[in-house]
Amino acid sequence: MKRRDFLKIGLAAAVSGRLYAAESEPRFLLVFLRGGYDAANVLVPRASDFYYQARPNIAVPKGSLLEIDADWGLHPALADVHALWKKGEVAFVPFAGTDDLSRSHFETQDSIEAGGAKGFSSGFMNRLVTQLKDGKPISFTDQLPLVFRGAAKVANAPLRIAGPGLNARQSALVAQMYQGTTLADNVSEGFQTREEMSAAMADSAQMAAASRNALNPRAFEAQARRVARMMKGGYALGFVDVGGWDTHVAEGGAEGQLATRLQALGAGLAAFAGEMGPAWRDTSVVVLSEFGRTFRENGNRGTDHGHGTVYWVLGGAVRGGVRGERVAVSEKGLFQNRDYPVLNDYRALLGGLFARLYGLSAAQLASVFPGTPPRDLGLV
Amino acid sequence: MSWGANRASLSEIQSLGSKAWLERQLDPRLPEALPPQVQAQIDAMEISRRSVPDLIEQFRGKRKEAKDDPEKRKALQQELNGLAREAATRSLLRAVYSPRQLESQMTWFWMNHFSVFQGKGPVRALVGDYEERAIRPHALGRFRDLLGAMAHHPAMLAYLDNARNAAGHVNENYARELMELHTLGVEAGYTQQDVQELARILTGVSIGPEGYRFYLRRHDGDDKEFLGRLIHGGGEEEVEQALDLLARQPATARFVSRKLALYFVSDEPGAALVDRLAAVFSASDGDIAAVLRALFDSPEFHASLGEKFKDPVHYVVSALRLAYDGQPMPNTNPPLAWLFRMGEPLYGRQTPDGYPLVRTAWSSAGQLATRFEIARAIAGTAAVTAPGPLEYPRPLGAATQAALAKATTPGERNQLLLSSPEFMSR
Repeated sequence: MKRRDFLKIGLAAAVSGRLYAAESEPRFLLVFLRGGYDAANVLVPRASDFYYQARPNIAVPKGSLLEIDADWGLHPALADVHALWKKGEVAFVPFAGTDDLSRSHFETQDSIEAGGAKGFSSGFMNRLVTQLKDGKPISFTDQLPLVFRGAAKVANAPLRIAGPGLNARQSALVAQMYQGTTLADNVSEGFQTREEMSAAMADSAQMAAASRNALNPRAFEAQARRVARMMKGGYALGFVDVGGWDTHVAEGGAEGQLATRLQALGAGLAAFAGEMGPAWRDTSVVVLSEFGRTFRENGNRGTDHGHGTVYWVLGGAVRGGVRGERVAVSEKGLFQNRDYPVLNDYRALLGGLFARLYGLSAAQLASVFPGTPPRDLGLV
Repeated sequence: MSWGANRASLSEIQSLGSKAWLERQLDPRLPEALPPQVQAQIDAMEISRRSVPDLIEQFRGKRKEAKDDPEKRKALQQELNGLAREAATRSLLRAVYSPRQLESQMTWFWMNHFSVFQGKGPVRALVGDYEERAIRPHALGRFRDLLGAMAHHPAMLAYLDNARNAAGHVNENYARELMELHTLGVEAGYTQQDVQELARILTGVSIGPEGYRFYLRRHDGDDKEFLGRLIHGGGEEEVEQALDLLARQPATARFVSRKLALYFVSDEPGAALVDRLAAVFSASDGDIAAVLRALFDSPEFHASLGEKFKDPVHYVVSALRLAYDGQPMPNTNPPLAWLFRMGEPLYGRQTPDGYPLVRTAWSSAGQLATRFEIARAIAGTAAVTAPGPLEYPRPLGAATQAALAKATTPGERNQLLLSSPEFMSR
């Protein structure tokens, strides 16, 4: 960071008296794994013989698993997450998900992001913003995702940007053209966030080379650090998504396609935790996906669209452990004889978490997740 | 109806009248007539000279050769990237320069509807052929023909894994998206059972050394019940029956009509318009030109002019058309890179749903900030070929005029014009 920028931020913090307050303010980051990640190969039901029968080619061998408890083991590519687990900073909620049964990526992602809003008219994170007095929201995505769309203004900033922004005079002229139009707020918000993002980008050269098409582990780590810098710098609610989990073919077991993605994801989450510094104490990260995958492997050593999945909750204040309703993993326990059942509705789960984090009333929670009362799983 | 006006297209519309101009656009005999330099550039491309079997053989052979050789692997990757880049370049050149503007636009629309991702398997090598021989020839033709061409192209079969779908090793991926995204739409009321039955029908539909190939021995020959109809177990004819069924479902007529209205008219097209278009679709057995004619004739379309927000591809192409006005572009790489930055690269949608077509997807704060930077880049690169102020063919509001008047150079004035709210709408 340049000295001048540092002074600017320091000065602003001193004036608003937020520097100390900002560190004790709860922060929440939602990480959406788009594509339906294969939860059964991540939090592995190691005690289940059926798991090893159902996945002759892609099961993660018992010996390679990282220790969780008697029933579960963690995929070996997630050593970085396991390090946080050992500190008690990670909770897993198996059998989590939604009641949407379309098994369509797009339909289910939308319905999760809408969180029960009729006609998918707004997203639950946007409604959460409305309920919170404090807490600036930001989406670290090229486009504003449904989860953040709605009445409250939410900025977005792509994680990869190149070159300098417009100069002040040109920005002012552009903003002037949009005055009074429906895009006016977005235009000025865009210029402002762009400037903040430039400041958070000490590592821009490295990023510019990274291809979006191939999830480059190092690139994701750098992006995660950038997310942390922005969230330390005053954004209290964040969203980021990671693609590439739709493993219909050649998924791999302890190594392979899924393992590579997991390693990158884990490294990114650990980098995020580290970069947050002392603010990690007050930060919660939820990692979710639209659905789990078929419990049995398919004909191509992959898995198809399923139902129940595993949600992860990470953070300095998280109470580590495997939580929520559970059943023994067996053929009989499968939903429609193919998938994990959903025993922990994601709206109840997140509602319970938000109640703890923000002390929201029942009425406030009902506006975030209409029709689904919260359930406190003791996650924080 | 075009990618964006320039002087040539405006004078053509003025002399023909908009109705006759539209009929020419819908006419498959309209000559392509690209500027000679642009045509020469396309002719010189490797994808213009090579056939699918040739590409497949090379991809397979080289992949084997490169297996344990990082240098060869790198060379193969570069070659594949080169083929996809050529395809994207050709597509961009046609969009900017072809007199067949509607065909070019509909080619993009269908490439997005039947989206493939170049990063998967051999798609990079095949996407040029997919666009050129499967999609473009039917872009204004019959939906059933288009559907069939798509379903028989190795690019799609590789992308959605049907190349590996075989009896006893069923893979549902393509069957599901074929119903959900390509034809019926997710709300049409089909079931998981239908997905599984269609997946069985599609077993054996795969890729051979010559391109598309149906492997009878990988096909599940039992009877199937699909969308309430019995499909007798047999061979390849089951696939044709299933495609016939899908193409002629009322849900498909509605789903496709609504998407066309979404692209050309409104983010929330009215039910009346969609109903009318779907009726034309069904009555004409999926004649795309007929549906488009009805769409462009509709009062809803005329009322929407100047309202529909441009997605990044539309934005960049319209800006290039205005800026270059028929003069050849010195370098097509920057525009392809801009599309990447704006989140809408050609053949770059990872998921099979294609890019969204509504304003909210592209007008967020971050998107706009990027778009203004792209406007600066376009004004900057175009200035070399087309110095002087650009003429925008539609009226500009007072705020925009005031801002343009404050520009200090012609380049800055052009940058502001390309950043103006007026220029953001088609």
